[in-house]
Amino acid sequence: MRIVISNQSELPIYAQIKEQVKEQILNGLINEGTVLPSIRQLAKELGVSVITTTRAYNELENEGFISSVQGKGSIVRKRDNSMIREQYLKRIEESLENAIATAKLIEMSTEELREIFEALL
Amino acid sequence: MNTLEVKGLEKKYKDFALQNITLELPKGFICGYVGQNGAGKTTTLDLITHQKKADAGVVRIDGMEYEENPKKYKEMIGYVCDKCYFPNDFTLLDVKGILKDFYETFQEDKFMNLCKKWDLPEKKKVKDYSRGMTIRLMFAGILARDTKLLILDEATNGLDPVVKQEILEILQDYIQDGERSVLFSTHILSDLEEIADYIFFLHNGKEVFFDTKEEIAEKYLLVKGGLDELTEAVSRKIKGLKKTSVGFEGIIETDDSVCVSRKCVLEKPTINQIVISYIKDMEG
Repeated sequence: MRIVISNQSELPIYAQIKEQVKEQILNGLINEGTVLPSIRQLAKELGVSVITTTRAYNELENEGFISSVQGKGSIVRKRDNSMIREQYLKRIEESLENAIATAKLIEMSTEELREIFEALL
Repeated sequence: MNTLEVKGLEKKYKDFALQNITLELPKGFICGYVGQNGAGKTTTLDLITHQKKADAGVVRIDGMEYEENPKKYKEMIGYVCDKCYFPNDFTLLDVKGILKDFYETFQEDKFMNLCKKWDLPEKKKVKDYSRGMTIRLMFAGILARDTKLLILDEATNGLDPVVKQEILEILQDYIQDGERSVLFSTHILSDLEEIADYIFFLHNGKEVFFDTKEEIAEKYLLVKGGLDELTEAVSRKIKGLKKTSVGFEGIIETDDSVCVSRKCVLEKPTINQIVISYIKDMEG
């Protein structure tokens, strides 16, 4: 796991932690079943308060990325659980919207775009 | 469960009164006790450690009041201040001797290991110790026994940045198991701001605010702008206004930021900036 905190960032520190962990889970850099460092350990390693890391983990849990298991700590959940799937879906839609917008720039027909899509599949 | 509970704590002196101090510090957290010199920080800490007796109020450490079991109460507290509280002519071994007599849970080998780790000289008298060595010695005395609450009274004053960093790590280590807590007083919050979970801000013996650092940080914004943008609405809401011939700056509550012109710059303030603005406002 890689977390880099910036004090100049617009994002509050808890959000920086959350986003970076989320990104790495979605990109497969942190595998399912991985046990994350405890909130206290992470707080110490980053030199931030326990409340900050607690909030980051709570939000990751609420969004379905991790689950906390009593006595074991916070564990990265399976990537096919519905909440994470939702996040992937959002990403796919965004990428496709991007492609469609680009196609419109050169006035490509829907038909032609569909062909490209089929071919790539 | 709280490590520390303070309720309605009061102490009157001729020219100063500590009034109705109430705070709860849950297990496993760090609280900064912030205020100017003379705000009542040391008085509060002396009442908690029972070095002074309160006029009114209750203090509980791990659910226990001093009167219930004075020896155990004192045993639960680790105390560090900016001066060395061991007698001048003592060496490290003398210190070990009195701590062993005084505290039941004191472990000699643990103490010696810490002293060794921190390169504390065995033969030197504590009066010849540097500031950094003195504070390490006090920490060794505390970490070698079982405590619940670590109290630091302006302990980082005059320390070099390397030792300060070391103390930061000691404090975070201290709360690792989630059972113990830290209360530190300071007038220069920047030293320990990053690791504090709670901030209690004291002024003239009274609480100004007590909240988690996250809440405080989100509640306020630092606004900067040109004099044209300093409207009447902004002037009313702003705290600690600083006006120059080319612009202004101050602290406003995040909820009030709607009345600020778009031309202004809004930034996240440090806790220090918030505290200073409050003090300026209360005095001005």
